[in-house]
Amino acid sequence: MSVRDDVAERIPGGDAGLIVAVLLVIYAAYVLAGVGLGYSVRGQLNTIGVLTFYIGVFAMLALALNLQWGYTGLFNIGIVGFMAVGIYVMALVSKPLYESGGAAQVGGLGLPLIVGIVAGMVAAALLGAVIALPALRLRADYLAIVTIAMSEIVRFSFLSGELQQFRLFGERVGFGGGSGLILDFTNPLEAFFQSFGLWDAYLGFVSVFEVIIPNNPKPVVDGLVYGAVLLGFVAVYFWLLKRTGESPFGRVLKAIREDEDAANSLGKNTNRFKIKAFMLGCALMGLAGILWLMTSGAVTPNFFRPRITFFVWIALIIGGAGSNTGSVLGGAVFAALLYQGPRYLKNLIDTVIPNADAPSGFGPAVSPLISNFDPAPLFFYTIDSVRQLQLVFMGLALIWLMHNRPEGMLGHRKETAAGIPLTGSRASASAETDGGDAGGGSDE
Amino acid sequence: MGIAETYTRGRQFAITRPGSVLVALVGAVLLFDLVAGLATGRHSFSGIGSLVWDGLMRGLVVGLAGIGLSMTYSILNFANFAHGDYITAGAFSGWATTYLVAGFGRADVGALLLVGAGGSVFGGTLGIGVTTTPVAVVAGILVAGIATVALALLVDRTTFRPIRDADGITLLITSVGVAFALRYLMQFVFGSDVRGTTSQPPAMALYLVDGAVRINAHDVALVVVAGALMLGVHLLLQLTKLGKAMRAMADNEDLAQITGIPTERVVRAVWVIGGGLTGVAGYMFILWKGTLGFNDGWLLLLLIFAAVILGGIGSIYGAIVGGLAIGLTASVSIVWIPSAFARAAAFLVMIVLLLVKPEGLFSGRSTA
Repeated sequence: MSVRDDVAERIPGGDAGLIVAVLLVIYAAYVLAGVGLGYSVRGQLNTIGVLTFYIGVFAMLALALNLQWGYTGLFNIGIVGFMAVGIYVMALVSKPLYESGGAAQVGGLGLPLIVGIVAGMVAAALLGAVIALPALRLRADYLAIVTIAMSEIVRFSFLSGELQQFRLFGERVGFGGGSGLILDFTNPLEAFFQSFGLWDAYLGFVSVFEVIIPNNPKPVVDGLVYGAVLLGFVAVYFWLLKRTGESPFGRVLKAIREDEDAANSLGKNTNRFKIKAFMLGCALMGLAGILWLMTSGAVTPNFFRPRITFFVWIALIIGGAGSNTGSVLGGAVFAALLYQGPRYLKNLIDTVIPNADAPSGFGPAVSPLISNFDPAPLFFYTIDSVRQLQLVFMGLALIWLMHNRPEGMLGHRKETAAGIPLTGSRASASAETDGGDAGGGSDE
Repeated sequence: MGIAETYTRGRQFAITRPGSVLVALVGAVLLFDLVAGLATGRHSFSGIGSLVWDGLMRGLVVGLAGIGLSMTYSILNFANFAHGDYITAGAFSGWATTYLVAGFGRADVGALLLVGAGGSVFGGTLGIGVTTTPVAVVAGILVAGIATVALALLVDRTTFRPIRDADGITLLITSVGVAFALRYLMQFVFGSDVRGTTSQPPAMALYLVDGAVRINAHDVALVVVAGALMLGVHLLLQLTKLGKAMRAMADNEDLAQITGIPTERVVRAVWVIGGGLTGVAGYMFILWKGTLGFNDGWLLLLLIFAAVILGGIGSIYGAIVGGLAIGLTASVSIVWIPSAFARAAAFLVMIVLLLVKPEGLFSGRSTA
């Protein structure tokens, strides 16, 4: 811990500097690996865009989870359910009206994207309230089971034929059922720039890239810009949660985490605080779900399997529950090392050793090893199934973390509750001020 | 007097437990609808009978697998999310054995050991069934139990024992890691395809008022195996000191230890009993439903949690009754709601019960 703190202190810019430094290291590693293997500029930029995208979404989700688990101690393992509600409600509101003969089987309400985004967040928050109102009385592990059951109920609901298509305000709308829902609203990036009247400027900016990417640079640049937008959202989340955490509201949340009975006996209506924190976290998860999927063109309910919830948990645990900086770092490290890393590694190995004939199953992969000590098929099969094996690595990483470093990279969960430094010569004076402040009426 | 007393007590109950009254009302309405449906011919007796039978079978699997989860939950104080993958591990180990015994000499040994991964061998072609290849099935049941015990002990030794004193949430998160590693390792080895494992078992038709309820040999095998194991566990915990030691440990581990109970040995016994039952439950589940995929145990896990919580954590009777209740809910609920929501209904029953009676039906009785 102390060693890491020293490193953290030596980086200029404090926590923000640390995040930037880690991001730079990650990008440098990816670029160097790509350069070493002769990736084209286009390939490099694409990789960076995808990497940034996942860093953004996982950092956002980890931050939202940090509000619930790190600050308030609410064990939510239904994250993916709130993401699903966010994007589906957003699609319902923002998809264009139904027209027969179009590609989409169902339409939406045709409202602007921003209305849809707000509606999705509100819906996720409301679902959070429905879960939280009764479930907060339960033990942490019961809340866990209730939330994961809820996320599965959400998935089954979107899968069901009954909600595939229905009428709302006289329009033909729906959630598309198991075959998925086409997100045929305006390209979010285009809508974003058009709202500032900058779309033409953006297209001009894209055409500049023709210098380095001769043909059709737009998808690549879109990916990079969208990644940058996501990083902007991460900054907003970070700022919001930092403000929340340092406010009197956040102090009560931390008090609840440490000892709910004590907080209760000090006159705080802990249930109300927990519900508010839970709802805020759920709304942020809904927004993260929207941002994750709204550029993907379509959503299917089976995307929202519980494993994504656990991805977010791993990210938070890597970073350290209770620390916003840690959440962002955890999201970045998870996305770079555990989520995108193995896939990138597979691509790299494929470029070095082209293996067109990877065995189709474990049996054909192992039999040459047994019969004539030929490990090559098993190696190729392993490389080929990296998407499954990376989940094995994630599981092992989670076990290792819980054994050796349950507090994560930066899990200084004992963050000072006061808004002003308590150390040094001012310690006694500021402690008094803090006491008087916390007792004030601003908390509740 | 008697009536007035009953009335007063009833009113007291309604005031103190409004949730229970509401649940009872909803139950009564649904039951009335069912009876009315049967009387008017909207539902057929045999159709409902088939659903009930299906629910009972599902419930036996859930209950059998739930006993192990309930025991570890109460004694080690954490919700083991890897339990579902113990079920899958039991199923794969047992079915690899069954395939090997039933198909030896008729197909490639590797394909048999991988339970016909990638469509290399089909259970139907091998004619696997409890009547056609009884030796293979019995061998499979034994291996499923033993292999799952070994796996549970190995995971406990390497993963849970080093952090035995950590809080329940830390252990829960660790068990999620175990679940991930196990599940996708199994997918890596056995592939992701869902394969058919049995040939059509012989069935008999029981006539019920207006039609037939079909009961096949695998249903009967499930009833026999599950019933025998449940009875065995009951006797084991009632008649041996182990049961008493478990109850003591569930109550207060430190106190149990200073009374001279070898807690680590009890923990090991819990994994042995729980793991064995879980592995066999996994095997029987696959025998009963006839298909096997690497996700089966995980998909069953939430239902098992629902059953264990419904019955009351730590109670093996609670796990069995809760399992039957959850199985019946998941099957019979399609009388009233679209079938896509059947599993959702089972979860909803669990959530409602958590709110109305969080200590479970067999409240607070630990391990017996």
